[in-house]
Amino acid sequence: MSTNPQNAYPIPPDHRGIIGRANVLRGKPVSSVAVLPMRPESTQVVPKVALDGISLSYKTNSKGRLIALENISLQVQPGEFLCIVGPSGCGKSTLLHLIAGLHQQSSGQVLVDGKAVSGPGTDRILIFQELGLFPWLTVGQNVEFGMKMKNISKAEREEKIQYYLRLVHLSKFRDSYTHQLSGGMRQRVALARALATEPDVLLMDEPFAALDAQTRDLLHDELERIWAETGRTIIFVTHNVREAVRLADRVALMTFRPGRVKQEFAIHLPRPRHIEETDVARTAREILDCLRDEINKSLEVEYADEKAK
Amino acid sequence: MKKLSKQIVFYCVLIGIWALVAKAHIWPPYLFPPPWGVAESLWAGFQDHSFWIGIAVTMKRMLIGYSLSVVLGMILGLAVGSYKFLEDTLGGLLVSLQSLPSICWIPLAVLWFGLTEKAILFVVLMGSLLSVTIAMEDGRKQMPKIYGMAGRNLGAKGFRLFWSVLLPASLPFIVSGLKQGFAFGWRSLIQAEMIFLSLGLGQLLMMGRDLNDMNQVLAVMILIIILGFIIDGLVFRTMERKLQERWGLVPA
Repeated sequence: MSTNPQNAYPIPPDHRGIIGRANVLRGKPVSSVAVLPMRPESTQVVPKVALDGISLSYKTNSKGRLIALENISLQVQPGEFLCIVGPSGCGKSTLLHLIAGLHQQSSGQVLVDGKAVSGPGTDRILIFQELGLFPWLTVGQNVEFGMKMKNISKAEREEKIQYYLRLVHLSKFRDSYTHQLSGGMRQRVALARALATEPDVLLMDEPFAALDAQTRDLLHDELERIWAETGRTIIFVTHNVREAVRLADRVALMTFRPGRVKQEFAIHLPRPRHIEETDVARTAREILDCLRDEINKSLEVEYADEKAK
Repeated sequence: MKKLSKQIVFYCVLIGIWALVAKAHIWPPYLFPPPWGVAESLWAGFQDHSFWIGIAVTMKRMLIGYSLSVVLGMILGLAVGSYKFLEDTLGGLLVSLQSLPSICWIPLAVLWFGLTEKAILFVVLMGSLLSVTIAMEDGRKQMPKIYGMAGRNLGAKGFRLFWSVLLPASLPFIVSGLKQGFAFGWRSLIQAEMIFLSLGLGQLLMMGRDLNDMNQVLAVMILIIILGFIIDGLVFRTMERKLQERWGLVPA
């Protein structure tokens, strides 16, 4: 990516926050991780997304209830990039589904712009781990889908398909079917499809987990660039701490069974970052030390489950 | 050797053997019609338009009956596949009903609708409806859940969710059921047409029987086979191929 993306991509007038985001791109000079105090009530601005005491429990087939999520409270500011990190099975994907309105929590509230969420809405678009691209549609039609559901006019849809496909460098593949694309390209189609509905909040569920390292690095750069250009609020779930540090303004660490937010870390590294930078590695190490206990706990439970069978 | 030339040779040999046996006069022609007799009958049938009319009438019925059963079957199948209660109750009934040849409905159908078009359509409907329903029910369950979630996530709901997401997502899983439904419906239609004066191919066949004209009987049989084959080849094979290409199920 040799060209300056700010010039290479025309920005439609309705993309808010571009100017504000540019400041963040310049980065703050502080290069260390700060452990934030758990904030019970936030301050001045109405948060973009607020989780207020979210709990979720399932009935298990044998003994009683499994508490998947317990009393999770989190706030995400407009334009913020939040990564949620935790061991496998800690409920971080489930949390995203709750924010997307695809599942119902047992108690607590999801608030977007201060209003409680009661179902799916195009203000929050989730990019699934398995992507969920529609194989019966072409790349262009996939990108168009959400806009069609929003009853956006044909001319405007056409314009936005072109814009977003260019944004993810897939203009040439508009008429391809998704199975003809590589993993990284499919990932970008999913991103374009989500962005095209112009959600305020982008929810990403381990989107790069299945990709090779080079492709993933490239997509990190692109995601950072797109985030800067579009000013979306992003909540990104991953089990990869380094990836989280590479991308996020703030990292929330989740615990295993019950899923809770154990700690939050503000990442003050300058952007653009790279996953191989020593600062990123060092910061990740600090968070990883906190995470290690949780990983061990999750493994112990899994082994115990094995034995019980 | 190419597949087509193999087939041509095969059919030539088959007709040759048929001609030889007919020539040998083991059985009289009214018991064992010769190929030239059948050819003559085909020619005459198309000349006096009776075959054209028969084909048109039969195809029209098939189109109406089958379309009806596809629409109803999809709604029914989706409902049964989506709600546990319906699956436990109606689902079992549907499976057991499928073992009933739909021609068994003819006495009731004639009683309800008289010797009319409706009675025939009813039999066609009962012939193909269950296959489509059961296929759709299975398709609903086999279809990866992710598509429904992705659709809802992108703002699709209600009928649009069904039409734009659930239906296309389940197509690869129901196409064989649609095909089976067509085959059952096609059989039921010809059977029903043989029962009473109906102008279709089935009646032309029975007319041959009544006139003791086995040439015509065989000619109509051949027509029925060819028509079924063409529809299977044109409509369903094309559909399957398209689906496979799009979904990447086989290398395109």
